Amino acid sequence: MTTLEARNLVKEYHLRQGLHTRRLRAVDDVSFALDPGRTVALVGQSGSGKSTIAKLLLQVEHPTAGEIRLDGVPVARRGAGLRDYRRTVQMVFQDPFASLNPYHTVEHHLERPVRLHHPRMPDAEVRARVLHLLERVRLTPADVVARRRPHELSGGQRQRVAIARALAPEPGILIADEPVSMLDVSIRLGVLNLLAALQREEHLGVLYITHDLATARHFSDEILVMYQGRVVERGPADDVILRPRHDYTKTLAAAAPNPERRMTELRSSPDV
Amino acid sequence: MTVLTVENLSIDYLVEPPVHAVRDVSFTLQRGEVLGLAGESGCGKSTLAYGIVRLLKPPAAIVSGRAVFHSRDGVDVDWNELGAKELRATRWDQVSMVFQGAMNSLNPVISIRDQLEDIYLTHRPDLGRRERRKRCGDLLERVGVDRARLGAYPHELSGGMRQRVMIAMAMALEPQVMIMDEPTTALDVVVQREILREITRLRDELGFAVVFITHDLPLLLEISDRIAVMREGEIVELADALTLYTDPQHEYTKRLLASFPSLTGDRGSFVRGSVDDRLLAMDAVHIDGSAS
Repeated sequence: MTTLEARNLVKEYHLRQGLHTRRLRAVDDVSFALDPGRTVALVGQSGSGKSTIAKLLLQVEHPTAGEIRLDGVPVARRGAGLRDYRRTVQMVFQDPFASLNPYHTVEHHLERPVRLHHPRMPDAEVRARVLHLLERVRLTPADVVARRRPHELSGGQRQRVAIARALAPEPGILIADEPVSMLDVSIRLGVLNLLAALQREEHLGVLYITHDLATARHFSDEILVMYQGRVVERGPADDVILRPRHDYTKTLAAAAPNPERRMTELRSSPDV
Repeated sequence: MTVLTVENLSIDYLVEPPVHAVRDVSFTLQRGEVLGLAGESGCGKSTLAYGIVRLLKPPAAIVSGRAVFHSRDGVDVDWNELGAKELRATRWDQVSMVFQGAMNSLNPVISIRDQLEDIYLTHRPDLGRRERRKRCGDLLERVGVDRARLGAYPHELSGGMRQRVMIAMAMALEPQVMIMDEPTTALDVVVQREILREITRLRDELGFAVVFITHDLPLLLEISDRIAVMREGEIVELADALTLYTDPQHEYTKRLLASFPSLTGDRGSFVRGSVDDRLLAMDAVHIDGSAS
């Protein structure tokens, strides 16, 4: 049971243009909390700062101002504290074709995080854990899948392996940056459903980063809408999507494909 | 008025064993119509597009069937029977294409002006230099890019602008058919919406027909007059947008439609609700001897 809290996060990048340096505020005063068993969605168009927040939470970038607290404790910048943090906060990347090493088997990908976090675990137990992980992401029969290499799996199956790898260190927080945008449409919901089921089973706090408002609405409890580094609107998922208040959210909602809108038009004027 | 007829077109990749990428596809395209072509990766939709414009590279080859183009003056042209020279003259003039990943198909070391002028130099050699330049500027403006950007190189433009330039190139000769292969896939939703509006507006203005290829079925439902659903090289269902949405016949169409949670309706709320084991198992393909 873990709570991750972002308090007034600010991230500035310095851009050199010839002799001038320009400051870009990629993230501007963003606060939110990831509670166990809840999903928060971060939506916004490209360049709105969504992925920068993921980098800050993963400690690959450090905030210019503000802080990140895990169960109320500020995050250590180095040493055992940071290792512990990294174990607790895990990530699922966008591209399952790039995030798995083509030379290694599925088993290798899952074994490494298990061994890393349990250095003295006997081999048989490690293997049992790997197989159990595969079963948890519904890749069965697990012993057959474990022997495969990434190219022998479909995109959706690879993303399931990536999810299993994120679960290996028994994290409390999962950050999913566009986890289904590279997958074929007919398997996207399957992967999202899996994430939702795991979130409930393991009581994970999930940050779902996406530009897809429809899945954000159905998959998450709370939605934060980002625009130019700022959170311009936040609230319960249905409220934000069905009754947007901020102009930018309205633009975003109007831009998303919405067949129902057109079908209503077509029905009322069948000969157009 | 039909502008394009595709008859029993089959395309194979002649490798061992041969891959039947497009199987016996037939459809007609009406003047000014937007025909959506929906399908997932590997279903043959891009191969079909390349086949129609005869841009297939070996080992891909048309093994049977044909694409017949009906020009404005009532002449039928079978593209399979055109020689290299005729093909070069006809292609782009009558049927043009916006390629997948269009953002990256511009030549990075040639200015936008030169890439646009190239089309006129090849197809309209009689045009004077001044007229050519003027047309290039007009073209850019038509797709909503300032003509001052003519001198720019591709890397100086945003993704959305590059996409517009690609559409401008496809429209340069005012073709009667434009084939668009995933023209907005890499763009974010707001830019995508602007470009779709642009395409629809230009279609209304110039009256060309569009074959719009994408895996994004909700998007097709919004912009297409008719939609063809492709799977494993075959068109499994072809119907007008409303019929396909309200009364899909094929199982695969139903599955595709169910894959998209609805933005404002209830459909898809099962993700947040109780776990549906059928959906969980949807992709958890049980692996037997052969990889799926």
